[in-house]
Amino acid sequence: MTVAKPVAANLPLPRRRKPVSPVARLAATPWLAPLVPLLRAVVPPVLGLLAFLLLWTLVSQLSKGSLPGPVSTWASARELFADPFYQNGPNDQGIGWNILMSLGRVGMGFGMAALVGIPLGFMIGRFDFLARMTAPVISLLRPVSPLAWLPIGLLVFKAASPASIWVIFISSIWPMILNTAAGVRAVPQDYLNVARVLRLSEWKVFTVILLPATLPHMLTGVRLAVGTAWLVIVAAEMLTGGVGLGFWVWDEWNNLNVEHILIAIFVVGLVGLLLEQALVWLAKKASFGQEN
Amino acid sequence: MDRFVELENIRKHFDTKKGRFVALQDVNLTIRQGEFVSLIGHSGCGKSTVLNIIAGLLDPSDGIALCNGREIDGPGPERAVVFQNHSLLPWLSCYGNILLAVERVFGARESKLQLAARTEEALALVGLQHARDKHPHEISGGMKQRVGIARALAMEPKVLLMDEPFGALDALTRANLQDEMVKIVDQTGSTVVMVTHDVDEAVLLSDRIVMMTNGPAATVGEILPVNLPRPRNRLALASDPAYHACRSAVLDFLYQKHKREVA
Repeated sequence: MTVAKPVAANLPLPRRRKPVSPVARLAATPWLAPLVPLLRAVVPPVLGLLAFLLLWTLVSQLSKGSLPGPVSTWASARELFADPFYQNGPNDQGIGWNILMSLGRVGMGFGMAALVGIPLGFMIGRFDFLARMTAPVISLLRPVSPLAWLPIGLLVFKAASPASIWVIFISSIWPMILNTAAGVRAVPQDYLNVARVLRLSEWKVFTVILLPATLPHMLTGVRLAVGTAWLVIVAAEMLTGGVGLGFWVWDEWNNLNVEHILIAIFVVGLVGLLLEQALVWLAKKASFGQEN
Repeated sequence: MDRFVELENIRKHFDTKKGRFVALQDVNLTIRQGEFVSLIGHSGCGKSTVLNIIAGLLDPSDGIALCNGREIDGPGPERAVVFQNHSLLPWLSCYGNILLAVERVFGARESKLQLAARTEEALALVGLQHARDKHPHEISGGMKQRVGIARALAMEPKVLLMDEPFGALDALTRANLQDEMVKIVDQTGSTVVMVTHDVDEAVLLSDRIVMMTNGPAATVGEILPVNLPRPRNRLALASDPAYHACRSAVLDFLYQKHKREVA
């Protein structure tokens, strides 16, 4: 039996057959298909990082070695992180100690700011009189660069470490006050009406309605505060000295060890990123499906 | 009790930036125990204001508001409110939302076990046992409103106040909930005041329909008794001339006598 072959064999291909992208071709391969979402998530950031490394290498080449490239920085970092917790006197300690000291100061200043700022924010949000009373002072002090408070801290505490903690405190307290207060003001009237109809006690209103309703705003404040605090600590430690990432950067500048400065930049970035992500995760947990 | 809720010469004004706005004037209304009364009127006629005054969420500027022979002084659980937008607390489960109300009303007198039983019972009344541990954002609008109703009913209020309880729902869900409401009201014999702008809903559920004139200075225009036998059935009513007579009376009031100019 002879079947007439279609004469149109050499006609152009149907239009639908667009050039297939490599990812789509992968997706069509059955055993590779589950990997596709992973690839989609991983490929762009990896490409971005590679581009960054390339640019860095290029700049370092052009600077004729005065800016170290990725390779020598990596080698230096491996050496540095091989023994992160050595101690050779107060001015020469491992990178681990420097990170921990900086984190400790941020934690102290930030924690105290939370202890003061969050209750204060609650009161400002709840009582209009207090809000109007504190508004001029807050508006005046908030735009001041946190480092401008450093001399005051040195004057009062007569020591470097409490002074940097003080700077962290003052820089992270504003976002916490303002966001908590905004959160309390944004509690929907409906929830408060429920409280009124049920005649809930002040304490119950606070724990069952105000606190959970304000939590997402409060955590936004905390996130902003931790971001600022981490920005500020490096600068504050550069000025005060001691042990800490900021001091270490300055010390390595004096030693002209540029690799270490670059490493410090990455470490500061990485720790900041981790802090931020931890708080984003926490905020998501606390939002109860509300829009935030 | 014939005069269970009593409003006498109620007047309510709001002081706004543009001067005083008189929302209600000379509102007189008495509601019997076990009666289902609807407040109907065009939007902005102050029907929600009347409800909020009975709830105690608003104080009248003038006049007397009584419930069970006592002056209404602030809100309280004996006048439970079903809010238009359900007002469930998003961080509590359906069970938790109802339990919060139950605890507040009965917590001083009853054991934890009894409180839990009341909460379960309220969930069962609106058919939501299966959504017991869901949070409000995980359930549909109709289910949320049912939890709101269950929360209000669980408080065993003297008066149940509903502010356009089905207004935010789609037509089919609304009809379902209205039918459920018919059953619940027959079952519990609660005194109910409901604000609505849905004529069919008002006729289906009410013993009397209070029609309000347009604001400002709105007042009670007419009161229509709905003498349809209970239990009521949506389908049977559709061919009942008495039902249609009630319907046209309300429509006539709203669209003939007090037609609202299109803004």
